[in-house]
Amino acid sequence: MALCCCLFGLFSLPSFAVESTSLDPLLADLVDAKISKMVPILDKIEKASDETVLPLFRTLLNGDLYYIKSTKQVVGQFDTNGETLYKDVFTGQAHPALTKRDVKKIRVNNTLRGYLRNAIARIQLTSKNSSVRESAVRELLSKLDDDTVDILERLYPHETNKKVKQAMGLALAMNTASQTQLAVSNRIAAIDTLADSLENDVRNLLTTLSNDENPAIQEASKAALDTIAQRANRFAFVDQLFFGLSLGSVLLLASIGLAITFGVMGVINMAHGEMIMLGAYTTYVVQLIMPNYIDYSIWVAIPAAFLVSGLMGVLIERLVIRHLHGRPLETLLATFGISLILQQLVRTIFSPLNRQVSTPSWMSGSWEINPVLSLTLNRLYILAFALLVFIALVIILKKTSLGLNVRAVSQNRNMAKAMGVKTNWVDAMTFGLGSGIAGIAGVALSQLTNVGPNLGQAYIIDSFMVVVFGGVGNLLGTLVAAFTLGIATKFLEPTTGAVLAAILVLVFIILFIQKRPKGLFPQKGRAAE
Amino acid sequence: MTRLMKYFSEGRTSGKHTLPFVVILLGVTILASAANLFLPADSALYVSTYTITLLGKYLCYAMLALAVDIIWGYCGILSLGHGAFFALGGYAMGMYLMRQIGDRGVYGNPLLPDFMVFLDWKELPWFWLGMDQFWFAMLMAVLVPGVLAFVFGWLAFRSRVTGVYLSIMTQALTYALLLAFFRNEMGFGGNNGLTDFKEILGFNLQADSTRVALFLITAILLAVIFVVSQKILSSRLGKVVLAIRDSESRSRFIGYRTDRYKVWLFVYSAVIAGIAGALYVPQVGIINPGEFSPINSIEMVIWVAVGGRGTLIGAVIGALLVNYAKTRFTAIMPDAWLFALGAMFVLVTLYLPKGLMGLYGQLKAKRNTVMNKEPQA
Repeated sequence: MALCCCLFGLFSLPSFAVESTSLDPLLADLVDAKISKMVPILDKIEKASDETVLPLFRTLLNGDLYYIKSTKQVVGQFDTNGETLYKDVFTGQAHPALTKRDVKKIRVNNTLRGYLRNAIARIQLTSKNSSVRESAVRELLSKLDDDTVDILERLYPHETNKKVKQAMGLALAMNTASQTQLAVSNRIAAIDTLADSLENDVRNLLTTLSNDENPAIQEASKAALDTIAQRANRFAFVDQLFFGLSLGSVLLLASIGLAITFGVMGVINMAHGEMIMLGAYTTYVVQLIMPNYIDYSIWVAIPAAFLVSGLMGVLIERLVIRHLHGRPLETLLATFGISLILQQLVRTIFSPLNRQVSTPSWMSGSWEINPVLSLTLNRLYILAFALLVFIALVIILKKTSLGLNVRAVSQNRNMAKAMGVKTNWVDAMTFGLGSGIAGIAGVALSQLTNVGPNLGQAYIIDSFMVVVFGGVGNLLGTLVAAFTLGIATKFLEPTTGAVLAAILVLVFIILFIQKRPKGLFPQKGRAAE
Repeated sequence: MTRLMKYFSEGRTSGKHTLPFVVILLGVTILASAANLFLPADSALYVSTYTITLLGKYLCYAMLALAVDIIWGYCGILSLGHGAFFALGGYAMGMYLMRQIGDRGVYGNPLLPDFMVFLDWKELPWFWLGMDQFWFAMLMAVLVPGVLAFVFGWLAFRSRVTGVYLSIMTQALTYALLLAFFRNEMGFGGNNGLTDFKEILGFNLQADSTRVALFLITAILLAVIFVVSQKILSSRLGKVVLAIRDSESRSRFIGYRTDRYKVWLFVYSAVIAGIAGALYVPQVGIINPGEFSPINSIEMVIWVAVGGRGTLIGAVIGALLVNYAKTRFTAIMPDAWLFALGAMFVLVTLYLPKGLMGLYGQLKAKRNTVMNKEPQA
């Protein structure tokens, strides 16, 4: 026996160093104890430790706690992909050698389960971390019983954090509302306070209460449900709007480079989608080069993608497009050929399969505003990024000498040439700028979709639609068009389905162009040609 | 004045390829068919049924290239959506062939095609009615692309949408149709399309004789369309079309309703594409939404560009050559085909603006100038 304990101590020492000193004897007692004697031991464990003991209690509650027969060390049983694995409940360290024969289950009964549930609630509710306390209360909403209500009632007056206090009040109100023996007026008051909440559990409770025997209760809960539904609808609208804006920001990033090249040079660059793809692959390569600094890789990838795609753009302009000046249809065909070559090139170098680009930790997760509305962070950042790129581009075009030249060439090429503007140079720079921005768009897209050779193809037709819809050579038009199309698509989707929404938007643009061939914001005056 | 004379003499000689083309086309077709039907399989001159079907497919592509050339080469309208008309014609034929399967499908339903039984549909959608009649299906193969082209062309040309705008719009059109036909609810077999055909007009589609007959019909129709198009384009109407291509606003100011010419030429071209699609489906044995994909439509344009736009014979030659190259390339080294196709796009537009036919003309012109110069020297 002494040997066993000694071994146990040795084995567990590296796995949970801090708890081992105080918990090990208790755990050993737990393994040896009869089921009726376990509560006091668990009580001691609870007193001696803090939140770190939660996994142990949860595993025990689920009936998944075992101990190794030879060492008396406790382990949890986990099912992963149909295979049974034993892991240390505290560290998650697996014991691959263990089989069913080496372990014995620590059994639990209903008394024990009830005790464990309350203990878990107590531990969480008294945690020093206010967000842990809050989530504990929220978890309790669906399984309120007398004991937990007791705990909440005791803790409620002492709670200092506003959010936690609110959640506790909600739980207590739910309890009051569902207690049939209480006075009707009290219950109705509780139901009225519940109307402010958007929690799913509250809605479930109110739905049950709307079938209550008492007509006054029925009415009050129906009214509360209506109020909640209205608020939920409002937030669902905001959610849809956000997704629309997000799609709009992606469209803006994808099409803004196209708007520049189309506006200034009058040529359609069918390889624009592949510039986006190159940007996305640049992100992938950057992450390959610095696998330990994924969080910072984006800051390297943005300029790198701008350079890669921009240089490719300059190369295409110098080698092909320059020779096709004044023949827009031929330019379209030639750039389409380039797009095929680039796609195949990527397929040959990186394989035709999609590549995984990881999201930096600061971009993952979501911003939960309330139970029905949460905005994913990566979409939020990309929305901000798209607007930033747009503003930067407007500044370049309005405030720099390059921008002045670009605008001069787009308004009157021959006159600009006569005034000494090097139109060849401006063309190459414009094309480089447009392609570089497509590369940046690729970085953003790599955070939202799969990176594959066909990435660009998926966006090219939509980007054309944005440019045509907004009016050629008009950046503001592109901005408005991108967000209009994005929001329209997302608002159509729930009623029509994604595919039909895309079709409807396309048909709408085809019809729109018949009515206003120059787009939403046609160029006026001398610039109009 | 001399330019004008040259222009008219060009116009007169533009039909000079017609007779040799028809003779060669029909000659080769008949010889190949006879070689397939009457020679034993081990003969050196035997043409396999696979080759016959392949040739038939090429001829359908040639017809499609003709349609693209009529509108692009002669009228300057670059359509990136002709695949849509081709596929619509193909779907009309496919629906007829689907109805001919009858109760021999996997589920044995006498009325509904397999995919509808699979989707648990109870009755035939209205647009499938009448498709069991061959004449009606063929009418639809011509009418549906024609009407779509009319509506689209009327809207586009009336509001003077031209150039790259129009190209993008046609691409959006075929893209929208691609998305639509991928949907199962549309009633066209969704992703899988229509396939597993059994017979056409009572003839077994797998039989050698049916294959040869389809091949012959394709060749004859190609010849007829070629001759008719040649006649139309060298008529007065054809001259106006050329004028529109070279300077639309000038033609309009002279008093021609350019939009009407363009609409009707567009419809004519779409109808040819529809016929090509209807001939293509029984020979290939499948039609699926992939035919609507924008890349298909743009590939047709490169056939015409390689052969030489503005000459009907060039379109046919381009389609045959590029597709032969595609068959060979994809068999030997599949990865290289997209490189080759891409390079073809770039090189042809850069160095062969008039295609192979233009190259022939360029070489001849060079030799003529050399020969003209010699006596003087």
